[in-house]
Amino acid sequence: MSADPEQVTVPPDGRPLEEQPVWRQEFPIDWPQSEYVSRREFTRLLLVTSFAFVVGQTYIVASSLLRQRKSALPIAEIATTRELPIYGVKLFMYPAAKDPCVLVHLSNGEYVAFGQKCTHLSCPVIPQPEKGILQCPCHEGVFDVTTGSVVSGPPNRPLPRITLDIRDGRIYATGVEGGAL
Amino acid sequence: MKRSRFVYSQRTTIALGILCIVIVIVVLQLWLFTATMEAFLGGNNVIPIPAWIASIVCLLLNLGLFYYLRNLDR
Repeated sequence: MSADPEQVTVPPDGRPLEEQPVWRQEFPIDWPQSEYVSRREFTRLLLVTSFAFVVGQTYIVASSLLRQRKSALPIAEIATTRELPIYGVKLFMYPAAKDPCVLVHLSNGEYVAFGQKCTHLSCPVIPQPEKGILQCPCHEGVFDVTTGSVVSGPPNRPLPRITLDIRDGRIYATGVEGGAL
Repeated sequence: MKRSRFVYSQRTTIALGILCIVIVIVVLQLWLFTATMEAFLGGNNVIPIPAWIASIVCLLLNLGLFYYLRNLDR
């Protein structure tokens, strides 16, 4: 077998590179071989990154399936109609004790409720029903108080809406629409 | 280990070409991941599964390209 013209450095035992131990092939001294090995190893790193993305996607799929299988959310009494005058606001927790939500009595007499965590970075939004908005003070995100949709600022998803049922002067939360709280 | 049919400078060129394709695919996966996460957080349960399949296809493409690259040494 003829000598490799690109293998400038001769190993101590004088044998060709193909017969050298793996560590000597993986940590070469000569430039042509070193450049090749560095590109190959960078490609391997990107392969691991690619695998990591698949793991992340798998986690999202699993969470999505779990969310679909969850039973219906509980029905919880959150206020009475007497409690809230027009533009009145009440904070409550739904569906779990760690999920803050806000109930607003609009000027047209309707009641609306939204998750209180801003969809940008989860700061609590502050209702300003007189202005028709819910405002996030952290990064000046503004949501429409009637629909929960984004009016301005960095959030790009609307606030999750709590579905309500009003019976006998009592307001019940019955579920969540448009995202996780 | 027998000698490759390409010298190192040729193999470096091939590796660079494969590396460029792999970078494009990984960036595509990054976009896919952020878009899926955004859809999931927005309450969408339809997007995640096709996005997951697309990401697996990207991984398989990358694996195939890397397998070809490894075979250059043999």
